[in-house]
Amino acid sequence: MPEITREDVAHLARLAHIDMTGEELDRMTGELSVIVDSIKTVSEVAGDDVPATSHPIPLSNVYRDDVIGETLTNEEALSGAPDNAAGRFKVPAILDEE
Amino acid sequence: MTTATAEILSFEEAMEKFDPVLGFEVHVELNTRTKMFSSAPNAFGDTPNTNVTPVDLGLPGVLPVINRVAVESSIKIGLALGCKIAEKCHFARKNYFYPDTPKNFQTSQYDEPIAYDGSIDIELADGTVFTVEIERAHMEEDAGKLTHMGGATGRIQGAEFSLVDYNRAGVPLVEIVTKPIVGAGERAPELAKAYVAAIREIVKNLGVSDARMERGNVRCDANVSLKPKGQEKFGTRTETKNVNSLRAVEHAVRYEIQRHAAVLDGGGTITQETRHWHEDTRSTTAGRPKSDADDYRYFPEPDLVPVVTDDAWIEKLRSELPEPPAARRKRLQTDWGYADAEFRDVVNAGVMDSIEETIAAGVKPATARKWWMGEISRRAKVAEVEPAELGVTPALIVELQGLIDAGKINDKLSREVLDGVLAGEGTPTEVVAQRGLEVVSDDGALLEAIDGALAAQPDVADKIRGGKLQAVGAIVGGVMKATRGQADAGRVRQLILERLGVEG
Amino acid sequence: MTDLTRLSAAQLAEKLSSREVSAVEAVQAHLDRIGEVDPAINAFLHVNTDEALRVASEVDKERSIGDAMHPLAGVPIAVKDLIVTKGQPTTAGSKILEGWHSPYDATVVRRLRDARMPILGKTNLDEFAMGSSTEHSAYGPTRNPWDLDRIPGGSGGGSAAAVAAFEAPLALGTDTGGSIRQPGAVTGTVGVKPTYGGVSRYGAIAMASSLDQIGPVTRTVLDAALLHEVIGGHDPHDSTSLTDPVGALVEAARNADVKGMRIGVIKELQGEGYQDGVQARFNEALDLLRQAGANVVEVSCPNFKYALGAYYLIMPSEASSNLAKYDGVRFGMRVVPDGAPTIERVMGATRAAGFGDEVKRRIILGTYALSAGYYDAYYGSAQKVRTLIQRDFDAAFTQADVLISPTAPTTAFKLGEKLDDPLAMYLNDVATIPANMAGVPGISVPGGLADGLPVGVQFLAPARQDARLYRAGAALESLLEDTWGGPLLAQAPEIAGVK
Repeated sequence: MPEITREDVAHLARLAHIDMTGEELDRMTGELSVIVDSIKTVSEVAGDDVPATSHPIPLSNVYRDDVIGETLTNEEALSGAPDNAAGRFKVPAILDEE
Repeated sequence: MTTATAEILSFEEAMEKFDPVLGFEVHVELNTRTKMFSSAPNAFGDTPNTNVTPVDLGLPGVLPVINRVAVESSIKIGLALGCKIAEKCHFARKNYFYPDTPKNFQTSQYDEPIAYDGSIDIELADGTVFTVEIERAHMEEDAGKLTHMGGATGRIQGAEFSLVDYNRAGVPLVEIVTKPIVGAGERAPELAKAYVAAIREIVKNLGVSDARMERGNVRCDANVSLKPKGQEKFGTRTETKNVNSLRAVEHAVRYEIQRHAAVLDGGGTITQETRHWHEDTRSTTAGRPKSDADDYRYFPEPDLVPVVTDDAWIEKLRSELPEPPAARRKRLQTDWGYADAEFRDVVNAGVMDSIEETIAAGVKPATARKWWMGEISRRAKVAEVEPAELGVTPALIVELQGLIDAGKINDKLSREVLDGVLAGEGTPTEVVAQRGLEVVSDDGALLEAIDGALAAQPDVADKIRGGKLQAVGAIVGGVMKATRGQADAGRVRQLILERLGVEG
Repeated sequence: MTDLTRLSAAQLAEKLSSREVSAVEAVQAHLDRIGEVDPAINAFLHVNTDEALRVASEVDKERSIGDAMHPLAGVPIAVKDLIVTKGQPTTAGSKILEGWHSPYDATVVRRLRDARMPILGKTNLDEFAMGSSTEHSAYGPTRNPWDLDRIPGGSGGGSAAAVAAFEAPLALGTDTGGSIRQPGAVTGTVGVKPTYGGVSRYGAIAMASSLDQIGPVTRTVLDAALLHEVIGGHDPHDSTSLTDPVGALVEAARNADVKGMRIGVIKELQGEGYQDGVQARFNEALDLLRQAGANVVEVSCPNFKYALGAYYLIMPSEASSNLAKYDGVRFGMRVVPDGAPTIERVMGATRAAGFGDEVKRRIILGTYALSAGYYDAYYGSAQKVRTLIQRDFDAAFTQADVLISPTAPTTAFKLGEKLDDPLAMYLNDVATIPANMAGVPGISVPGGLADGLPVGVQFLAPARQDARLYRAGAALESLLEDTWGGPLLAQAPEIAGVK
């Protein structure tokens, strides 16, 4: 496995939508490197013949009938919203001015 | 917006130099009662943020549960597209941040779609058939609806803020993805339109979607690339998003072919990017280029368990499938005895279903076609609606045609009766009575009119007496004029001949 | 008069149903205790005084009319603040949810309400349950009632400390890698992680969906069984919920007997890395079990050594996705940077300000493990290791009815001791993580003291065999209490600063 670089961490922080200061990036790069180093053996343990387990208890075909249930009122839906208008969630502009 | 129109090559020149390769991603909204993963109503046009449960808002702690009917509808679509149905498949999370996506991931299918490897035959208007290979059809959920406020255009660019309604969030979608379509050549734009029309028809016929493009029930992303004539390798493609009418699909594909051609012809390269279609300018503009932000970090959705199908389930669903549209068309054409061109016109005019219903109500196939392709289509064109939307019912046609067959009204009068019915004046019989449109069947009154007409044109009367039967028409015309059309022309002719003592 | 806070839930339930004690008295006694000791402990983030008393008084009224009541009706309970409750705040220990009120109840909370159990309040935790010490709470650390300078374990340190400090007879926790069992071990309380799917996760704020499980935090094994039966069983809102009946857990706890039971000592979860006192108490427990007729055998789970590494790939991966929803759009905190920022910038600033360091660390780690080019090597490999761990369990359970190990390698460490060393912190969960990876149930019961601090003993059972935990756990509890002359918590010092 390649080393985690500061640029990697900056990229990951962008993907995760978490602003980080330069100092945070430095610290996180160091911490992640240590952690990744300690867990990298995981990638060497299991061969191709070992199937992946995504769910600890194997279940299948769990469905809901297509029946309408209780819904939230508009007030309940918006009750936790940082900002709202006209019964909807209000968010700042999505794109910068072009 | 300050979008300069891109250079484009003429379509003909583009076709001389390049072969287009197409690909489509069509999203079909299912018409289940509830959403894909929650029991909120799947309904259009209600008060914002009311058709939501905590699941649809992605509130902390919520969990999804799959709608069984949505899975079954998806399998039906797969079967109708000739796909294989996965024995086992799961949902995955597609991670990206966007305010219309409540969890900031979309629950979708990634490496294991419910249906894969299918194909459908697409018939163009002139009867040419193209086979389109289907790569996959997978289940996913729709996003909420953003409304961009402030700014000049109501578009996302320049908006000051946006409002989010999550009523649509979680509505079940099936995304149908084609394999690359090569060899369409100059028919590519036409094929694009016909393909989307066929998908729309199939899902509507299955009853799994309302399939109304104007409501976004069927949405198309169109991929276009060009390769120089004779080259095997595909060129770089662009994906034009949300082309949401059949006409727009055709235009967008044509435009992108011309734009790519101009770029390539000028020695440039195509950027792999999404494009936005603008109906007003009939052109596309660049959207987001592909970037490392497109790392969706798919992984199996841990909150859902796999969908496992077996033969019994699939065969039960297969047995519920209605007759495929293409097979139905073949059957109807044979049953009705229409010529190929006649039938194609009927299909293209969108009146096949109406004719079928009319025939089922007891009208002869030829007569039903005459009504729907003639008078009704003409009115629909004037009113700028679909013929089926005029409000003409099979029962109405049965009654109108019954009045004609009984000699109560003639063809010409029947149009006026139809006017009256559509204006809400009552049933055909009532309109005939109220407007006094019944043909004059009282021989006395007709004879009076005939005598008048003969007297007015004595020379014509002589010709008839002399055996020139084709001259009768002039006298019939005079009688019809005198009765304001309310006479049975056949009866009038018969009476004229009797009056003049001529054998008919 | 009896100090009502010293009673077990089972004892209190008896006094309530015989109407010797009223529910209002029971709730008030615990509210008073919270008022006394919680300034020192900080187990509660929110105390639900009015509602708890109202429910208690309704219970008393109904009981006086002679209505049939649930056996635990009127017995108060504390709820980890990772579980949503309508009418009370839910913070997940994070600033990003400060002031948020859920418009819906978690399924387990609905079941508590159906059983008419007054909810005393919401307990402290590591932010989004990420931690082993409760020091990662945005609302200050919880302190261990045995020694206020020490951590109460985590992430469910609040629930464990509340129960250990007699602020509540019962509490709910969540366990993703040991967050119920490890705090149980270091506070001298009982903690159970049920079989994955045995208790609905609906309304438990997700950290790692395939690992999370809600479970009981109590002072006795019987109490845990009583609570487990209230909250367990199928829930149609959770697709991973088992349809199996919850099982006769209370009966198993009452039928505490290990005679003839095959108990497998996991070779890999002892010895090196385990504090001497912890190992010593563990060995003594094994002796007691042998003496009681258990057939103690050694089993080997060779892949457990990879469990921690695989866990630290799967857990952050799932968490990075589960925590994406905290973006300042629909609920919770929104931070608007200067200027006319776009929503992208608002999201970035909100998440930067709203999440603490450990949460950020795990989100970034998870984002890394799932990202293009690394998925197969990291997340994919970890899922395979998960298969190997399950195979280890399968093999071990052919030789033993239950498995046994120390719950945590050490007793409670000092506040701040491991805060700057994430890796050392992660090692606390080395013995508890395998159960989460395989979905099997586990219980931690008090195993005695090492240098005056509690040690935990963990039993693990095959999936869906939670009853075995209660049978074995209650048996060991009884054997040990005989040697101590009473519950371990009776030996806990009075909480400093409290009269």
